[in-house]
Amino acid sequence: MTSFVQPVGLDEACEAKAAEPDLVPLAGGTDVMVELNFRRARPHGLLDLTRVPELREWSVSDGCWLRLGAGVSYARIIKELGGHAPALATASRTVGSPQIRNRGTVGGNLGTSSPAGDALPPLLATGSTVELVSVRGNRLVRIEDFFTGPKENVLLPDELVAAVWLPVGRGPQQFSKVGPRNAMVIAVAALATALDGESRRVGVGLGALAPRPIRAVEAEDFASWALDWDGGSGIHADVAARFGALVAGACAPIDDVRGSSAYRRHAVAVLAARSLRWAWQEYRKDKSCG
Amino acid sequence: MRLSCTVNGQRRDIDVCPAESLLFALRERMGLPGTKNACEQGECGSCTVYLDGVAVCACLIAAGQAEGGDVVTVEGLADDEGPHPVQQAFAESGAVQCGFCTPGLIVAVHDVLSHSPRPTDAAIREALAGNLCRCTGYEKIFDAVRSAAVRMSAEGKRR
Repeated sequence: MTSFVQPVGLDEACEAKAAEPDLVPLAGGTDVMVELNFRRARPHGLLDLTRVPELREWSVSDGCWLRLGAGVSYARIIKELGGHAPALATASRTVGSPQIRNRGTVGGNLGTSSPAGDALPPLLATGSTVELVSVRGNRLVRIEDFFTGPKENVLLPDELVAAVWLPVGRGPQQFSKVGPRNAMVIAVAALATALDGESRRVGVGLGALAPRPIRAVEAEDFASWALDWDGGSGIHADVAARFGALVAGACAPIDDVRGSSAYRRHAVAVLAARSLRWAWQEYRKDKSCG
Repeated sequence: MRLSCTVNGQRRDIDVCPAESLLFALRERMGLPGTKNACEQGECGSCTVYLDGVAVCACLIAAGQAEGGDVVTVEGLADDEGPHPVQQAFAESGAVQCGFCTPGLIVAVHDVLSHSPRPTDAAIREALAGNLCRCTGYEKIFDAVRSAAVRMSAEGKRR
C-alpha cells in the first residue's frame, strides 16, 4: 500500500485514476474496507471519492430523469428521493443498518457489482442508465449491459462511476427482498417491479438470482401484454401466477449458505406475483384519481 | 501518512497507514479503546462512532478519510457534570451483560435520541438493527433507551 489520493473535484479524480489505474475507488467503504480489514486485498493505493462534490449531488431534468450522483448515500436516498425513485428508496431502506446506510452509496453497489446488491434490481426494473467518466470523457451504459458476471462489469481501468440516470414519474414501483432478518441481510432473493403507464411496460429487475443482476424480459413482455392498461381491471390469478413462473424461469440461482436454488426460484415467483398485484393496485388507484 | 482531525473536541495529529481503519487508529494509535473491535465488517456496530455528526462504523472508514474530520467516540459523550443520560440509563437499567457491545450501543442510542426524542419500540428496533448483543440482552437495552428518552426530555437535552 503506497498511495492515498484524495481528489476534491471530479476532473482531479479522473486524472488520478488515469495516472494510476490500479487505484481502488473508495467511498462508503462498506465493501472495500472489509476486503482490507481481512487482508483479502492489498491495493496499490486508494482513491477516496468522498470529497468529490459532483458525486454527492442529484438533480431532476425536465421532470423526466433523475441523475443520481454515484456518491449519494442510501440514507439520503431514503430521505430525499422516495418520490422520484420509490423502488430504489425502498431498496435503500433494506440496506444493512443505519450506520451502513449513512455511508454506503449506489456507486459502490455498481462498482462492486455483487449479484445481490440491493440497489441494482430497481435500476434494472426502471431501465436506468449508468454514466461512466474518465479523462477521455463520459459514456452511458444501459444498466443491463453494465454487469458482465459475478462482481464484474464493463468499467475500464481509468473509468469511474459518475452517476446513474433513472426515469421518474412513470408509474408505481415495488421492491421486495427475502432474507432471514429484517436488517443486516444480504438478499437471498430480491425483486423490483416498475410500471410505466405511458409506454405500457412492466420492468422487472432481479437480485441474488443469477450470476449477475438481471432483467426478466419474458415476464416483462407477458405482463405488459396481459395487463388491462385502458380498462384498469384487476389482475386475474392465472396472470399473476404465470408472471411469477416466468420470473422464476428467468433466474439461474445457485445453492449456497443463504439458500438453495429451488428455494430462491420458489420465493421469487411468490414475490413477483405479489409485487405485480401491489403495483397494479396502485396504478388503478392513481388512474381512478385521474 | 499524517492524519489531522478532531477527536472528542481535541485536535490530534498522528501517523497512520492509509489503508488502516479509523477504528485501528482510534484504538491503537490514539489510546481510545472504548470503541470496540469485533467483526471488522460493519455487521456488529461495536465500533459505532460519530464522524462529522453522522453515526458510522469506524471499521469501515479508512483512517485517511477522517482527515480534517470531527470524530466523537463513546469517550466523548460524558461532560464535566458526569455521564451522559444515555450512559446513566444503561447503568441503571442493567443494560449491560458482558459489556462488549455497550459502547457501540451507547453511541447508536445517543444518535437515535438526538433525531427522535421519543421513539416507538418499532423505531428503536429499526434504529439499533446494526448493533448486535450476543448476550442477547436486548430487553434491558430497550428499557435503557426508553428511560434515557424520558430523562433527556426532562432535562431538555437533545444531544
